Amino acid sequence: MHIGIGLPTSTPGGDGSLLTDWARRADEGPFSSLGVIDRIVYRSHDPLTSLAAAAAVTRRIRLCTMIVIGPLRNTTLLAKQAASIDQLSGGRLTLGLSIGARREDYDAVGARWSRRGHHLSQQLAELRDIWETARSADDQPRDSHIGPAPAQPDGPELLVGGLSGASFLRAARYADGYVHGGGPPRAFAGAANRARAAWLDAGRPGEPVLWGQSYFALGDAAAGEAYMRDYYGFAGAFAEKIAAGLLTSPTAIREQIRGYEEGGCHELVLLPATSDPAELDRLADIVG
Amino acid sequence: MRVGIIGGGPAGLYLATLLARADPTHEVTVVERNSPDATFGWGVVFSEETLAELRDVDHETFVALDDLLVRWQALDIRYRGQTIRSRGHGFSAISRVQLLGTLQERARSLGVRLRFEHEAAGPETFADRDLVVGADGIASTVRTRLQDAFGTSFQPHASRYAWFGTDLLFDVFTFIFEETPHGLFTVHGYPFDGGTSTFIVEVSRDTWQRAGLDRMSEEESLQFCQTLFADHLGGHKLMSNRSVWTRFVTVRNRTWHHRNVVLVGDAAHTAHFSIGSGTKLAMEDAIALARALTESPHDLEAAFTHYELDRQIPVERFQDAAADSARYFEHVGRHVGFAPDQFAFNLLTRSGRITRLGLELRDPAIVNRVDRWHQAHATGRALTAEPLVAAAPRHAPLTLAGVTLPNRVVLSLAATDVAQEGAPGRPHETSLLAAVTAGAGLVVTEPLAVSAHGRVTSGSAGLYHEAHVEAWHTILARLRSEGDTLVAARSGHAGRRGATRPRRLGLDRPLPPKEAWPLLAPSPLPYTPRAQVPRDLFERDDDVVGDFAAAAAHAAAAGFDLLVVDMSDGYLLASVLSPLTNRRDDLWGGPLDVRLRYPLRVLDAVRAVWPRERPLAVRLNVDDRHPDGLAPEDGVAIARILREHGCHLVDVVAGHTVADGATAPDYRRQFLVGLSDRVRNEAGVATVTSGAITTFDEVDTIVAAGRADLVVLDPGRHYLPDRTRRRP
Repeated sequence: MHIGIGLPTSTPGGDGSLLTDWARRADEGPFSSLGVIDRIVYRSHDPLTSLAAAAAVTRRIRLCTMIVIGPLRNTTLLAKQAASIDQLSGGRLTLGLSIGARREDYDAVGARWSRRGHHLSQQLAELRDIWETARSADDQPRDSHIGPAPAQPDGPELLVGGLSGASFLRAARYADGYVHGGGPPRAFAGAANRARAAWLDAGRPGEPVLWGQSYFALGDAAAGEAYMRDYYGFAGAFAEKIAAGLLTSPTAIREQIRGYEEGGCHELVLLPATSDPAELDRLADIVG
Repeated sequence: MRVGIIGGGPAGLYLATLLARADPTHEVTVVERNSPDATFGWGVVFSEETLAELRDVDHETFVALDDLLVRWQALDIRYRGQTIRSRGHGFSAISRVQLLGTLQERARSLGVRLRFEHEAAGPETFADRDLVVGADGIASTVRTRLQDAFGTSFQPHASRYAWFGTDLLFDVFTFIFEETPHGLFTVHGYPFDGGTSTFIVEVSRDTWQRAGLDRMSEEESLQFCQTLFADHLGGHKLMSNRSVWTRFVTVRNRTWHHRNVVLVGDAAHTAHFSIGSGTKLAMEDAIALARALTESPHDLEAAFTHYELDRQIPVERFQDAAADSARYFEHVGRHVGFAPDQFAFNLLTRSGRITRLGLELRDPAIVNRVDRWHQAHATGRALTAEPLVAAAPRHAPLTLAGVTLPNRVVLSLAATDVAQEGAPGRPHETSLLAAVTAGAGLVVTEPLAVSAHGRVTSGSAGLYHEAHVEAWHTILARLRSEGDTLVAARSGHAGRRGATRPRRLGLDRPLPPKEAWPLLAPSPLPYTPRAQVPRDLFERDDDVVGDFAAAAAHAAAAGFDLLVVDMSDGYLLASVLSPLTNRRDDLWGGPLDVRLRYPLRVLDAVRAVWPRERPLAVRLNVDDRHPDGLAPEDGVAIARILREHGCHLVDVVAGHTVADGATAPDYRRQFLVGLSDRVRNEAGVATVTSGAITTFDEVDTIVAAGRADLVVLDPGRHYLPDRTRRRP
């Protein structure tokens, strides 16, 4: 299992220069990926723009959205942005997509909340088409394709998130794997089993790539918990439960890593719950 | 803290006790609508686990209850004139009146105020309290008043039940299955004090109506049941205490608290009585909530969060197990006819909480008896009376037609998309070889096309050319030396799901038009908005029936041991069977029997050329998971007719008929087993099941319980012949 770290795009104090510094330092560290999350109605940075900036200041690290809320975005523009980030990063993009959980984000951009699962399915199929058309553009008329072609031959790795049966089926039908939304190892393992079962049931060859995520705060745990309560305030009572799952000690992080590995996780991304750059070093000491 | 508890049942009284005990300055009041000694429901089951917890949290209550409990370690199953006893099931029960009396006394001694015969209007009864607890049971007014905030959902079960008492003292927990002209009656009975037992009668709605119970008074239905179970009662009486027929309702709440109001026990969640967990869960809720409130006395929100974190997962697990158990009793009629040992094993493993391995730890004797029965049954030998060593059920052979599979484990290979013009090559041999050397009883190939136009992708392997026969023959000859695993060819026509790109990057991605071939389907509906519109299957001169028959002959010549005809996954024959995709109203479309004509014509043509001694199977979609599609009862009807047309084995699967609009399954462990159980035991045909089954213990349990004859083991993380990873 690989270990990634999140970019602090939604924690208090995560300003522009901090993000690029953070990305640069993550690239030097023991981390294999740099993850971003998505939300519209919040004081957060746009995930794709942030990854484009990260692409410019990194050479090695994989760049991952976990997740971007697909139906909020026009598919053609999303395909073009993702392909561009893949080009800028030399083929390092993993694009995780899901339907998200907040109605207000849909209302804020004027996207339709109803049938959002259906729209995500269509979007996944269309993204592949657009990238493949761009790749085979040499024998196409110039005005029929939407470039650039992604740097990765098969396009950015595609992941689908969510916990409904429909999400697992969507991952099996359209994506390369599944990205879990966080929780104790037991919750991840359950979702991973379901993702694999859907994959086999659909007759997909091979097996899904499985990504997990967890929040951590090693320095100021109280600030981390405050952020979690604020960020997940939309979830009502559930916010407290999410905050209670924050990893605040090296032991808790090691246990989480071991648990996820046993659950079959291929890549666990640890998301910072504060914007303190020292968190990078603290985490590096544990996973390095 | 000032606490108001609405409802003086086990959860409310015990919570009051624990709070008063933790801090004598807490001011705790319990209101109860009934009088102190009124109770309904006779005795309740109490778990030993809960009792152990009680000992730690309040020793006085534990000691008082300990004296009143009736304990037993076994359960009896009375079925077809036999009583089968299974040991190692530690249970205890207590009279509800005595339980409540004890809890009331203890609470009162700690200064809790108890107000009886007081009807609470809702949470506002305690408007001035710091904390209000809804402990008012399944029909909770507190929950009802705040239903939206709690996110309450109700799921009524189909069966009817009545909760009687009797002066017959059962030895142990007893299930009685009584076959009557009206249908099957089931009793859940257990002793709960020195002279009385609980006697719950459960029936399906149909049986209930046929027996006329829907029109009887309370007294009449008591008399009816007393007469019906006269042999079991042996002169003893049934007793009524508001014992009217009802439906059990599973209550769930998204959250159990709102502001300063919190739910415990049945108000928060119910679980079907057949696993006897209602009182257990209620008392455990009280313990968890009291602990959380003690740890965070000044932060109710934090306390409620810890309470829910502690309780919601175990409660859901019990609710799921109880729902499985409830379903078992709703459909137990389909298992009547099983040999008593298998019937008992099926009952004991009904809820998924106990597998064969778990049962063996409790009761090795009954597992050995079931194993011996199963082995004797599978080999056709007589069951010897003496104990003997029997193989685990998965090792039992299975004879179909004139062929015997060495064991019950099936490995099913995923598509590789690497065939050249349909011809299998090295990758096919490698994955087959890995599966055969793994020791499965049966290995099923990836889907093989019956014609070039029947392929899913241009890399689909096939059975439509002489060259394919030779290639398969060579591969199969090589596999023979590796063991006695049998190999099945899965033959099919992709129908409207054909002409797609390789599946490595996703399913149903159409080939560019210049590389595609024409697709066939009963109606001109593309599989996805981007897919080709299929041509009319019945207007083309394509001889698809002939292709299936020729493929069967090729499979026979190549040396396959078993042939599967594919009527699943939205492929051609599945699309003819489903009303979602067959919209015709002519000779080939309309009611189910008309939609069946063409698939049967294919099956008959295959039957005519496939060797008699080799088994013929159908991979059948039995449920479209769509309101307008095939439902499981259609699947059962189809399976019955397939059996009459010479099909020996049905691989029971569901879904994928349409790409959009159907409900996805939850993909939890064994998600297709229930359908297999239904098809096997209602249509009377051997079945294969699959879907999130990853351990041999599950295979053993499913086979021994008669839910399927063969089980596809997911390669998962334990076994994977083709471990392809795109990760760097």
